[in-house]
Amino acid sequence: MPVAASAVYFLNLRGDVLINRLYRDDVGGNMVDAFRTHIMQTKELGTCPVKQIGGCSFFYMRISNVYIVIVVSTNANVACAFKFVVEAVALFKSYFGGAFDEDAIRNNFVLIYELLDEIMDFGYPQNLSPEILKLYITQEGVRSPFSSKAAERPVPNATLQVTGAVGWRREGLAYKKNEVFLDIVESVNLLMSSKGVVLRCDVTGKILMKCFLSGMPDLKLGLNDKIGLEKESQLKSRPTKSGKTIELDDVTFHQCVNLTRFNSEKTVSFVPPDGEFELMKYRITEGVNLPFKVLPTIKELGRTRMEVNVKVKSVFGAKMFALGVVIKIPVPKQTAKTSFTVTSGRAKYNAAIDCLVWKIRKFPGQTEPTLSAEVELISTMTEKKSWTRPPIQMEFQVPMFTASGLRVRFLKVWEKSGYNTVEWVRYITKAGSYEIRC
Amino acid sequence: MSRNDSKYFSTTKKGEIPELKEELNSQYKDKRKDAVKKVIAAMTVGKDVSSLFTDVVNCMQTENLELKKLVYLYLINYAKSQPDLAILAVNTFVKDSQDPNPLIRALAVRTMGCIRVDKITEYLCDPLQRCLKDDDPYVRKTAAICVAKLYDINAELVEDRGFLESLKDLISDNNPMVVANAVAALAEIQDNSSRPIFEITSHTLSKLLTALNECTEWGQVFILDALSRYKASDAREAENIVERVTPRLQHANCAVVLSAVKMILQQMELITSTDVVRNLCKKMAPPLVTLLSAEPEIQYVALRNINLIVQRRPTILAHEIKVFFCKYNDPIYVKMEKLEIMIKLASDRNIDQVLLEFKEYATEVDVDFVRKAVRAIGRCAIKLERAAERCISVLLELIKIKVNYVVQEAIIVIKDIFRRYPNTYESIIATLCESLDTLDEPEAKASMIWIIGEYAERIDNADELLESFLESFPEEPALVQLQLLTATVKLFLKKPTEGPQQMIQVVLNNATMETDNPDLRDRAYIYWRLLSTDPEAAKDVVLAEKPVITDDSNNLEPSLLDELLVNIATLSSVYHKPPDAFVTRAHSSAQKTEDDDYPEGSESESSANPANGPASPPTSSYTIPASVAPASPPFAAPVPDLLGDLMGMDNSSLVPIDQPTTPSGPPLPILLPASTGQGLQISAQLTRRDGQVFYSMLFENNSQVPLDGFMIQFNKNTFGLAAAGPLQIPQLQPGTSARTLLPMVMFQNMSQGPPSSVLQVALKNNQQPVWYFNDKILFHVFFTEDGRMERATFLETWRSLPDSNEVSKDFPSIVIGGVDATVELLATSNIFFIAKRKNANQDVFYFSAKMPRGIPLLIELTTVVGNPGVKCAIKTPSPEMSQFLFEAIETLLRS
Repeated sequence: MPVAASAVYFLNLRGDVLINRLYRDDVGGNMVDAFRTHIMQTKELGTCPVKQIGGCSFFYMRISNVYIVIVVSTNANVACAFKFVVEAVALFKSYFGGAFDEDAIRNNFVLIYELLDEIMDFGYPQNLSPEILKLYITQEGVRSPFSSKAAERPVPNATLQVTGAVGWRREGLAYKKNEVFLDIVESVNLLMSSKGVVLRCDVTGKILMKCFLSGMPDLKLGLNDKIGLEKESQLKSRPTKSGKTIELDDVTFHQCVNLTRFNSEKTVSFVPPDGEFELMKYRITEGVNLPFKVLPTIKELGRTRMEVNVKVKSVFGAKMFALGVVIKIPVPKQTAKTSFTVTSGRAKYNAAIDCLVWKIRKFPGQTEPTLSAEVELISTMTEKKSWTRPPIQMEFQVPMFTASGLRVRFLKVWEKSGYNTVEWVRYITKAGSYEIRC
Repeated sequence: MSRNDSKYFSTTKKGEIPELKEELNSQYKDKRKDAVKKVIAAMTVGKDVSSLFTDVVNCMQTENLELKKLVYLYLINYAKSQPDLAILAVNTFVKDSQDPNPLIRALAVRTMGCIRVDKITEYLCDPLQRCLKDDDPYVRKTAAICVAKLYDINAELVEDRGFLESLKDLISDNNPMVVANAVAALAEIQDNSSRPIFEITSHTLSKLLTALNECTEWGQVFILDALSRYKASDAREAENIVERVTPRLQHANCAVVLSAVKMILQQMELITSTDVVRNLCKKMAPPLVTLLSAEPEIQYVALRNINLIVQRRPTILAHEIKVFFCKYNDPIYVKMEKLEIMIKLASDRNIDQVLLEFKEYATEVDVDFVRKAVRAIGRCAIKLERAAERCISVLLELIKIKVNYVVQEAIIVIKDIFRRYPNTYESIIATLCESLDTLDEPEAKASMIWIIGEYAERIDNADELLESFLESFPEEPALVQLQLLTATVKLFLKKPTEGPQQMIQVVLNNATMETDNPDLRDRAYIYWRLLSTDPEAAKDVVLAEKPVITDDSNNLEPSLLDELLVNIATLSSVYHKPPDAFVTRAHSSAQKTEDDDYPEGSESESSANPANGPASPPTSSYTIPASVAPASPPFAAPVPDLLGDLMGMDNSSLVPIDQPTTPSGPPLPILLPASTGQGLQISAQLTRRDGQVFYSMLFENNSQVPLDGFMIQFNKNTFGLAAAGPLQIPQLQPGTSARTLLPMVMFQNMSQGPPSSVLQVALKNNQQPVWYFNDKILFHVFFTEDGRMERATFLETWRSLPDSNEVSKDFPSIVIGGVDATVELLATSNIFFIAKRKNANQDVFYFSAKMPRGIPLLIELTTVVGNPGVKCAIKTPSPEMSQFLFEAIETLLRS
């Protein structure tokens, strides 16, 4: 059964109910007590997101300082339930203009009740597209001061659009200037052994789009991916142009993309929602350009002293630079004193996370700054167990660089009125979980 | 417009309710709206605002949509508690369902369907009929779901009014969202009905597959889930279906992807072409891997499902093991599941890489994860013969780190490796023995002792090693005691020298005299007897060659796996249990079909977890290998004759068991047969008389000598039962019998540990050795006479208990013939009849009872009178007792 929920609760960290909505009669109104006593107040919390208590099952997720708990008593579709929560939170955020936390919920509880009534019926998720819901649920959320424009007048034929085949875009949009912004955001996940062997490496990328386009435009996106290019040259019976092609391991698309067409023609064509959305996600494991190499040497000198040397090498073009680089180098709990020298940036010892934190605000390409530190430890006789050495973790952002090498080849916009469109493309690569064992 | 709703949560000190009442009746619209918001805020934080019902309903007739929605929300919450007042709202509902604004029409129908009050339901039918045919698709899609709501409240009404037909018509609607909701509603109704209502023909199938392209993401999930049970007629049709479903794998919504995978896997069973299958496997891998970059909770669901998928189709992810490597910051539940899948995907090709990972995990911080990683190395060793040696060397490296729990876990898995590859890796025993004194966990100790016993002939100082354990024998947990006993016997058989001989004396003495653990005692007696009568036979038994184990401990049984694969993406696939194992409120009609699946008497548990059944072969890698498997005796069964034999009472078995003429009253179950008790036969049962619990006992002396000086002692038990006074039995002449009622008290000598209904009794007299026997405590003797409840109290109690306190169980073979007789029968055991109602063709009976210390017990029995199958649901503040309660109720109903 694709039922996703019999009841939904929003709780704060103390377990107080912020919002509750019962969709079905098969769970009691006081189920949240069971959740509190059997999960929240025990060590269970956080050990498993799906839990059976008595005849009911609980699925829960923590988002900022709020627990969202779903209760069911049937064999519900768990994947559907979690995805519903994720989407609902995104919807609320778009109404509140950003944050989703306890205060935002309290400030908007009437709106949330109204939305909850609309986005799920008898436990079945309905339309959750913010664009469409904003047509007829026009209560404004309490927005943060920096949020954008106010909602417009309700549209008379809202109901047709909710249920329409293009259930994510309303008709009759008009912009003076037609613009599309494309952001290609990649996160690099890396796990490297202490000897510099890549154990696991992949890139998860997403293409974020911001559309300000009039009417009902048809869009077509071309990337330098291998399959798409091959198919194209096949269709046009023309040899593939030389240049780098990328092999995508997997792609997933926003619901606006015609999947059947993608399957047969390998083209990404769609009618976009208005405003901001995530067009597609992809994953790449082959041929990843790692932006940084990290070479650590950590020596334990006896029981009380450690020598740490870390060299970080940027391997992207010399004209580019990375921003917000943070390198967290773990040290043992019983660290007493640290002293270090760095050739670039600043470093300090953070006792709360047992790490040396080395920050470099602007990190040019083709450079290799180093950190060398001496760590003194409190000698403890009782500690028989040796230090477990967690991995070095790294954070960064490299603008105008894609670890995968993916490029947008074209974005065609076609609308019957035949207007001209301005397209903007940006690339950025971030660290996902970038870990180097030491 | 800047507004902040949080102000509605702030309360004024003086009487809140009267103040709200006043505001709700204000003449100003804005004030009324604010007041309703305050009411909803109060409702959210759990305050009872039901007394404002009339006032809130008065605000319902309004043009303001926002206010209307709030009032409707209030109605959904409180209509049930105020059914008489709820009727006030009906008019507005009916009027709203004809409003020109489709949003209001839909809102009215949607809300009416959520109000489960009969009077409202009556009025729902006409508007619903209209809305199902509404011009606006938004109203139709809402009405479609509403039919499912109504079916849940009153199935007959839905069928009588022809709503099912209307719903089926909606499958051909031109709006995809209406189609999707109609499919969801029909699928749910079909789930709860035994009649065929929603049958998917190849025609509907193809229509729905076309609709897939245009549906919202959720609609796609509804349709894919409904279609996944469709059985294609041949391989060609299956291939066709798969081809049309495959594009869904690229959807960004994880639920769509999993439902598509479910459907493809079902159809793949029919596809014969290996090329097509291979190609499909290739296509499914990337989307499954992509699920692992979602939120951790979704990853968890995906991993539990992948676990099932790789058991059926190992090739899908055979080359993707790297994506299951744990990230340092993964939540623990994701790490544990990844580890499980890594073991499943480990092969000769990737084992080196996998071992490096496991070794890395074994040095992490989280103890449970570390243990699981160590265990994983062992399981790989058992699974991959060619890699076993490498696995062992990693384990040895880990032992050298000397982290206590790593060492212990390693020893446990090495024991399993020895059982898988006998006589291959014994050279490492010396290394293991170095860590002997650090072991403090029972399982690790038991494993080490097993190793010493098994290889006693190769360990020079085996006797010294075992002796070091013997000093603490009486304090050791049962697991270790049993292993020590067996290991000492092995040692003695292998090295029958003076040292081991003394040891065996000590152990046997300890295990027979100083212990109250019947398993240990029984095993000790068996060994004793074997050793004293025929040492050669003892060798054959104790040192017999053990079957080689395999690692199938974590693989599911094929039939269960089939069932789980049909349920991909649902709870069932996350729990790895069939749905009926955890869905307690299966609807009445669905119940019947389930009963068909399980023939009488068998319990669903046994099919769910075959490894724990008594019939499972002793090859599971996680049972402590024992030369003689101790079969735990079934409850209340007479002690097997074997014991009497073993104790050397040659003549006892010759004594005929003649049934003496029993005095009046029902015969008591025999607990100690004469053949065991050297002619003394004891029958006994707990009973309740005049508000007190007694142990009703019958002693029969079939021996040649008079018996006197009877004394009785009860072992610690879950209910703390103990004798309230001395046992008064006069001297029993040969051939005579005596009856007694021994008064009992509760909560005297409570045992710790898991609840159990076993009552262990020890009895002695001046002529014979001490007799031990087991009785089964029947819970119904504890029901007190004051358990009768008023209907109102019953309802109130039922409501006040959380649903988690409700447990239910089916007795598939029990027939309730006469209602009156059953009610009377239960009343004699202080289970009192409260009410009866009819639900479809079934009767539902309600009973109440009271347990000691005034704990109430509410019982609901659902059955078709005269037909087999009774569903029993109980609700009580102490649900941990439910197992006993079910046993008691079942026994009573059977009698």
